[in-house]
Amino acid sequence: MSATTLLELRGISKRFGAVQALTAVDFEVHPGEVVALVGDNGAGKSTLIKIISGIIPIDEGQVLFEGRPVSLNGPQASSSLGIATVYQDLALCDNLDVVGNLFLGRELRSGGVGKLTGWLDETLMEQQASALLQRLSVSIPSVRTQVASLSGGQRQSIAVARAMMGSPKMVLLDEPTAALGVAQTRQVLDLIRRLREQGLGVVVISHNLLDVFSVADRIIVLRLGKRVATFDVKTAKEVEVVSAITGAKKSEVVETLKPEVV
Amino acid sequence: MSAPREAAVDPRLIQDAPGMLGAWKGFRRRVSQGELGSLPVIIGLSLIWLTFYLANERFLSAVNLTNLMLQIAAMGTISAGIVLVLLLGEIDLSAGAVSGLSAAVMAILNVKHQWAPVPSLLAGLATGAAIGLFHGLWITRFRVPSFVVTLAGLLGWQGALLFVLGNTGTVNLNDPIITGLTGTFFEPAVAWPIAILIIIVYVGTVLMERWRRAEAGLPQTHLRSTVARMVVISGAVVAAVAVFTQDRGLPLAAIIFAGLVVGLELLIKRTRFGRHVFAVGGSAEAARRSGIRVETIRVAIFTLASTLAAAGGILAGSRLLAVNQSSGSGDVLLNAIAAAVIGGTSLFGGRGSAWSAILGALVIGSISNGMDLLALSSSVKFMVTGAVLLVAASIDALSRRGRQAAGRA
Repeated sequence: MSATTLLELRGISKRFGAVQALTAVDFEVHPGEVVALVGDNGAGKSTLIKIISGIIPIDEGQVLFEGRPVSLNGPQASSSLGIATVYQDLALCDNLDVVGNLFLGRELRSGGVGKLTGWLDETLMEQQASALLQRLSVSIPSVRTQVASLSGGQRQSIAVARAMMGSPKMVLLDEPTAALGVAQTRQVLDLIRRLREQGLGVVVISHNLLDVFSVADRIIVLRLGKRVATFDVKTAKEVEVVSAITGAKKSEVVETLKPEVV
Repeated sequence: MSAPREAAVDPRLIQDAPGMLGAWKGFRRRVSQGELGSLPVIIGLSLIWLTFYLANERFLSAVNLTNLMLQIAAMGTISAGIVLVLLLGEIDLSAGAVSGLSAAVMAILNVKHQWAPVPSLLAGLATGAAIGLFHGLWITRFRVPSFVVTLAGLLGWQGALLFVLGNTGTVNLNDPIITGLTGTFFEPAVAWPIAILIIIVYVGTVLMERWRRAEAGLPQTHLRSTVARMVVISGAVVAAVAVFTQDRGLPLAAIIFAGLVVGLELLIKRTRFGRHVFAVGGSAEAARRSGIRVETIRVAIFTLASTLAAAGGILAGSRLLAVNQSSGSGDVLLNAIAAAVIGGTSLFGGRGSAWSAILGALVIGSISNGMDLLALSSSVKFMVTGAVLLVAASIDALSRRGRQAAGRA
């Protein structure tokens, strides 16, 4: 089992002051799989994502990447393993242009003396940025536009594109479709499927069960910092997932869901 | 190859229509959306020069413009350091005191301890660098706001200046190399080749870049606007050298100051380090998540800023031919900060350029110089400089609001 696991977390706990954000959570992602991480507000989804991306340190627990024990003690450690993250707040620099944001932290230097001085190879970066955005069919005015002047959907696309820059093995997406319209949501979901086809492990946080059921292979439910349920999308029912999220009995959920679902 | 690129262009994007009218409309749109660049300060500077010229013709004479250049070199150098700190959205209130202390260290070593001039100069610069390193480490380790740390520095380094000078009070500089920093002028036979070399390197670089972009199949800016830029900048270089050579010649101080500013501009706009500086100033959190060592950048910038302050202090001492207890005090710090802001560097971080040090220092220096020519009292001088700063900072705040309204904040 663990030979085919891309990332495995064992018994992860995290406490913020008086709040126990995560309690002994196990989590696993396989290559070529889309895992949806769902749960109510405050369930610990974002904390878990931030732990995997190395933003916050874990209090207790073990992390295995491709079967080897690793420590995620910083964003650099996580990204050098091949884990890329798209944050809910996108984490873009508004004052930089699209090229600057795509290559932020991994700028290309020109050869020779440029290598030593850190001279930027703007031409090559612009070329690669255009090529990447075209491949992901992201439509923006120009790669030299300041990110501040892009629309919400365009900014989300740039954030996803940035996650793809380092040819990662695994991509974390925190609420990727939350601010998007119908057409752009479909684009992002298509993009996620494309990542899966390329053998990447994908973790998606979402509140939208419609999106979750349309794109995910497995659904992991967190509630109050604990992993309470796991579903295979092929066999899972929406009612069961909702009841796991809220902790309500299935019959109660059916009652509340009826008018919306039907 | 051109078809897919066109497909990538968003149809909702406002494109500049072709021709002169389209260019003008695009320009009007950018101004109303708060993308002003250096335009307000250049207009303001022209108005200031015109006013003083009408009041006293001698203002635009070769002698006076050369004096102006010498007057602003020190303040502008300190201001260049302030620009760097402002890009991070931080502030350095100690720049004046650091400039005085560093100059005093250099002077004491050279005069009292008979050190050779070059080691003395380097020791002065190293003093600034060490102080900046200390500030930066203190700010990042203990998470004390830069405002407080450098305010403490403003007081503390002022005290250190008095301590270093001891009961001498004033140290007179007479070493030809140190006083030569601001007392050397190049005659036309040397000045013109320097100017021509600068223009060749500049035009060559721009053309190289266009050629590289064409090679890579990337979209180009209009040739017309590129040529216009080249003409304006080359014209400014030729005009400056023409003015200087009518008087004593091209001042070494001008070359040092301009060289520092160009070097800094290249550092912040063309290197990885500079890109990270802008990223930290724009969104420190986004920068941190991209794996940029935000704290290292902060420490490096404070070190660099204080080193520039030291360089400014040394230039000021060289021009005054002395370092005394009031070196770096008074309005030195406030003028340097005002110059950076007037020149167009945002107080909110993430926006600005090294050019604002030159432009802002020119504005403040011109006001001061012009009022001296008109024999106005320093009361008027302070009030006018204050008003100009207020206007400049308000333009920054307003253009920021314009950007936000246009979704470009």
